[in-house]
Amino acid sequence: MLRLESVCAGYHGLQILHEVDLEVNEGEIVALVGANGAGKTTTLRAASGVISPTSGQITFQGEPAGGLRTAGLVARGLVHVPEERALFGPLTIEENLRMGAWTQRKTPMSGALAEVFELFPVLADRRRQTAETLSGGQQQMLCIGRALMARPKLLMLDEPSTGLSPKLTWTVLEAIGMIRDRGVAVLLVEQNAGQALRLADRAYVMESGSVVLGGTGAELADDDRVRAAYLGL
Amino acid sequence: MTEQIPSATAPTVAEGEGHTSSPRLWARVPWTRVAIGVGFFVVAIALAYLRAGNGDVVRQAVLTGILIGGVYGLVAMGLTLIFGVLDIVNFAHGAFLAVALYITVTMVSRLGVNPLVALFVAVPVMFLLGAGVQRFVLAGAMGKPLENQLLITLGLALLIDNVLLMSFGPNPQSVKLPGDTGVQIFGAVATVSRLLAFGVAIVLAALLYVLLQRTRLGTAIRAVAANEAGAQLVGIDTRRIYMATFAIGTACAGAAGVLVAPLVTIEPTTGELFNIIAFVVVVLGGMGNVIGALVGGLIIGLTEQLGALYFPGQSPLLSVFVVFVLVLFLRPQGLFGKAS
Ligand SMILES: Nc1ncnc2c1ncn2[C@@H]1O[C@H](COP(=O)(O)OP(=O)(O)O)[C@@H](O)[C@H]1O
Ligand SMILES: [Mg+2]
Repeated sequence: MLRLESVCAGYHGLQILHEVDLEVNEGEIVALVGANGAGKTTTLRAASGVISPTSGQITFQGEPAGGLRTAGLVARGLVHVPEERALFGPLTIEENLRMGAWTQRKTPMSGALAEVFELFPVLADRRRQTAETLSGGQQQMLCIGRALMARPKLLMLDEPSTGLSPKLTWTVLEAIGMIRDRGVAVLLVEQNAGQALRLADRAYVMESGSVVLGGTGAELADDDRVRAAYLGL
Repeated sequence: MTEQIPSATAPTVAEGEGHTSSPRLWARVPWTRVAIGVGFFVVAIALAYLRAGNGDVVRQAVLTGILIGGVYGLVAMGLTLIFGVLDIVNFAHGAFLAVALYITVTMVSRLGVNPLVALFVAVPVMFLLGAGVQRFVLAGAMGKPLENQLLITLGLALLIDNVLLMSFGPNPQSVKLPGDTGVQIFGAVATVSRLLAFGVAIVLAALLYVLLQRTRLGTAIRAVAANEAGAQLVGIDTRRIYMATFAIGTACAGAAGVLVAPLVTIEPTTGELFNIIAFVVVVLGGMGNVIGALVGGLIIGLTEQLGALYFPGQSPLLSVFVVFVLVLFLRPQGLFGKAS
């Protein structure tokens, strides 16, 4: 449903991505792993319209998506959860979630809200609290919950486990599995490559702005180069 | 995934509070500070009694101060909203108020209507003017250094002042509210025009609060103020929110201009006085804090009137500036701001 073909992109004329090819199909979790600075975040930014690719093709559900504004992509079901979370700190949890449904003006949001609360019951308990009073793990759940409010077809998560304890990381990854089981495809960027590869159906490895390896999650988890470079084995 | 449980388990222990320093449009009610503020005024009023030696003038000062303070609050709410969301210190806010003054003068003299009727023209006109100014003058300076925006809004203020001067001349004008008699309240006298100005200002302030707190647009405005990148990610068109916010803030100045028209001498530079007071109120209430602006307006209204009893014969602004300097020294983040 999302396809990047020979995508080049960067910042202020400085090229970061070199001909990136990548694909996410319906109902898949695809992991994108690689060292710090490899270009994973930049890839997500290009796909979600935050930056425009300088060349190459980005299509989402068969239609061109490269260089489109974020709002249009969100309305079409492509939602990006950035590394820095970008929550609305002084707003309540419920207000954060309601804002997540900004593009879903025509559909009542009670259904989506109930689904998010079912996935993350802690958010329901604290719905009247402001987002900034949540712990790091709860903030990550709120971030994912806010993205789900847009009823995405593809969710792009940038390092959702950053700063979380191993136990919370597991909670969040488990939730990602459940999201996929509800029919939402996931493009998952993780430094925590071991866990991401085990969760993912397929995976890509990035190095200095290029995709250098691709395969099923299990294949890559067993690949000697991947093990050496990213899993510390 | 090897095992699935019905829902992600919630962490039982919070890992510490994740506070950010994003601007807040209001704070929770800080009762200790409210108590300090009330105590301050009890002392100020008691001292005014001693100094004036006469309860009547003090009661009069308190009543007048509260009534005009409500209007100051409305002006400052518009200014602080613009600052909180767009990060712009708008030096043209008072000039916008002056435009509304002249809309009122013109409507009253040409059409012979009640000055309050001008609200129905001035508020929409100022809303549209604000939207246009944001879109065509300020949007290009978004994210540029603060000086650029300061110079632009300052230039805009001068431009508006001079357009008013050219169109209406330098002569002071005034507007009369029909049936503007005095009303006895708690042993003091308030004119109907002051009571109406206060009453309408408070109603509009409450409407603005409800708009921001309870509506979809208002929540989006607060979301943009809290985190612009996050707002873009959920698909909010932040450019339109900026335009709407500036328009709403300008409409507040417009409404206040109509309300004070019967109370002031109207000259092209009348707006500058309100501009200065609104700045003091905004700093006092905490930059970007809408409720703080309303409370700050009441405080400055009282300060101005009580101050006139302490320093008879001086400009009422003297005591306002004394309070301003004290705030800058003692609590630069304002009464309702957090220490940074
Ligand atoms: N906003 C930016 N402006 C300029 N360079 C950037 C910016 N963001 C990232 N980069 C550079 O792009 C490269 C790839 O970064 P990024 O995509 O964030 O990598 P990753 O997410 O894999 O850690 C790095 O060399 C980084 O320094
Ligand atoms: Mg990154």
